[in-house]
Amino acid sequence: MNRRQAVSRVALLLGGTILGAEFFLSGCKAPNNDKNFADNFTEKDIAFLNEVAETIIPTTPDSGGGKAAKVGEFMKIMVADCYFENDQKVFYAGIEKLNQASKDQFSKGFMNLSADDRTALLTKLNDEVKEYKKNKKKEDPTHYFDMMKQLTLTGYFTSEVGCTQALRYEAVPGRYDGAMDYKKGDKAWAT
Amino acid sequence: MAENVYDAIVVGSGISGGWAAKELTEKGLKVILLERGENIEHVKGYKNANKDPWEFPHRGGRTVQMIEDYPVLKRDYPLNETNLEYWTNEKDCPYEEIKRFDWYRGYHVGGRSLMWGRQSYRFGPQDFEANAKEGIGVDWPIRYNEIAPWYDYAERFAGISGSKDNIPHLPDGQFQKPMDLNCVEKDVQARIKKQFGDTRHLTIGRVANITEPLPGRTNCQYRNKCWLGCPFGGYFSTQSSTLPAAMKTGNLTLRPYSIVTRVLYDKDKKRATGVEIVDAETHQTIEYKAKIVFLCASAFNSTWVLMNSATDIWPEGLGSSSGELGHNVMDHHFRVGASAEVEGFDDKYYFGRRPTGFYVPRFRNLGNEKRDYLRGFGYQGAASREGWGRNVAELGIGVQLKAALVEPGKWSIGMTAFGEMLPYHDNKISLSKTLKDKWGLPTLAMDVEIKENEKKMRIDMKNDGMEIFEKIGLKNVNGWDSDYAVGMGIHEMGTARMGRDPKTSVLNGNNQVWDAPNVFVTDGACMTSASCVNPSLTYMALTARAVDFAVSELKKQNL
Repeated sequence: MNRRQAVSRVALLLGGTILGAEFFLSGCKAPNNDKNFADNFTEKDIAFLNEVAETIIPTTPDSGGGKAAKVGEFMKIMVADCYFENDQKVFYAGIEKLNQASKDQFSKGFMNLSADDRTALLTKLNDEVKEYKKNKKKEDPTHYFDMMKQLTLTGYFTSEVGCTQALRYEAVPGRYDGAMDYKKGDKAWAT
Repeated sequence: MAENVYDAIVVGSGISGGWAAKELTEKGLKVILLERGENIEHVKGYKNANKDPWEFPHRGGRTVQMIEDYPVLKRDYPLNETNLEYWTNEKDCPYEEIKRFDWYRGYHVGGRSLMWGRQSYRFGPQDFEANAKEGIGVDWPIRYNEIAPWYDYAERFAGISGSKDNIPHLPDGQFQKPMDLNCVEKDVQARIKKQFGDTRHLTIGRVANITEPLPGRTNCQYRNKCWLGCPFGGYFSTQSSTLPAAMKTGNLTLRPYSIVTRVLYDKDKKRATGVEIVDAETHQTIEYKAKIVFLCASAFNSTWVLMNSATDIWPEGLGSSSGELGHNVMDHHFRVGASAEVEGFDDKYYFGRRPTGFYVPRFRNLGNEKRDYLRGFGYQGAASREGWGRNVAELGIGVQLKAALVEPGKWSIGMTAFGEMLPYHDNKISLSKTLKDKWGLPTLAMDVEIKENEKKMRIDMKNDGMEIFEKIGLKNVNGWDSDYAVGMGIHEMGTARMGRDPKTSVLNGNNQVWDAPNVFVTDGACMTSASCVNPSLTYMALTARAVDFAVSELKKQNL
């Protein structure tokens, strides 16, 4: 268990939960409040981010993916409301960077790629993040694709689609069974 | 009855104030319960209690705006989107930190009884004797056998679920049937018993969540959303328990938005005559008169009221003649512990969200053992299977990643130690010389730190946790210390301590202010030592006991 898990576990014991704690615990300068950062996101940006999320968590036979869970919209809200200014800039510039990476590799924009090519591209970016993190100094910014992936996981698995289709959710369990039978393939609890 | 005149005044409506109001009204007294914040009505006031996770726009997290608005709350888990309105507005109600002090407050009807952790343990006989034996602080003026029947009484009404374990230093109580340990915790419990015999134990957390219905309350539904307020009344709070009981008598007047600024004191009679309030909304000053006053405004705020009272006689306030008012601040130090992976049990999982974990009671410095520090600590923890938040970087993205994360991961176990903090005279709060709040009232200045005894204890708190997990054969054992600032335990205590001598204590053995016997303080301020167990159950017992004494004295016309 790393420190973040430990902190989350303590919070859980004390009655709370921390989601995406790595972002809430990071921080630098607060954004200036002249303008809502959410206004930067166009309909096209949201559609783009939905497809990024769909590639990270695709639709499968039993459950919708990142797009059905409206993760693009979630990313906009989180980046606008919960990110500090520097991280907001890194994230937003990341949309164009990702598209440029697509053009460099496939000579067309991300939205025009086939599902397989999208997966290939984002797998490569995921590897790039791993390399980046190896040499990352504390003051270096988070990689934009790391942000997109973390927001996708949080946004998806806390969405109605994620909780009720991909995972199992009981609003009012009504009882506790500490030794329920489990077999491989059974779903995890959403919360 | 004349206007603004009552038999008794209760200041504060949290755990202690709710109990005082219930006990006083049930004994037939006309009572006004003064609460500085807004009213939150049972069920109706719990706006987020029935929301699903996806109904929160930030899924429970914190925004930059929240971080700016809550410079203290942001330091730990309480700052979150789901119950933000239960936490005190820090801009309206600031305080001064001579040393860092994390003060997490709830200013509304119910106080922190709405958000509390609900762990409920009795202090043991050793806790009431330790100060005298070791020459620390002052002696408690009471012993375990004097409070035991009041623990019985408090537990029966509040509804504490737990298991009877026959551990002398963690006395059993009047428990409802315990919640279950899960299969891994049961296995760990058995392994600890095999390894440590009767010297170390693991038991289910004793918790103020009911497993059997009580009047007006449904048993816990295992949602684990307690701190949003429970529409089922599944846990003890002022709203679910003491307030309805007090209301039922017809003897209670509840007045929200009432900031009590001082106790009114008659120096000839050496008695309080009532209190003065500022209406938080209108800023109007009003006086209320009564024969007895119960200060239950939370440890520091009850102390603050005393500091502002009778200053024409005692410049440092009512109760300051001992020189101890505001001193001896205690909390429980924690955020240090151990975790491990548990192999096997791949064919087991759990159903329901249990609102408690396991408890490992204190085992250090009992009997003849002498560590290089005094007192001890207990652990609170849980075993669970990892969820989607676990690290699976190697799976990249796509179908494989999703397939992995929709299944539960490995079992792991973790526990956090809660340690006793000694009372030190120079750990103190005082009135700030400069800082005022929204109403122009003086604020508190905090000057508190942990010292050598606590720092030495923290080494054991980490190592002992690792040792337990290693000796019983768990894998990847990891110890951690996430740093602790005083206050984070949200167990402020000691600033108007009980004692046997008016020269060294603020309150006597019946929670009466030595200098004003019709003023009682029964919240955390009264605590002479802290033990290592969660303190709220002790406030309940002490409050019920003090009310019983107060009313019998009133009948004898001694007050």
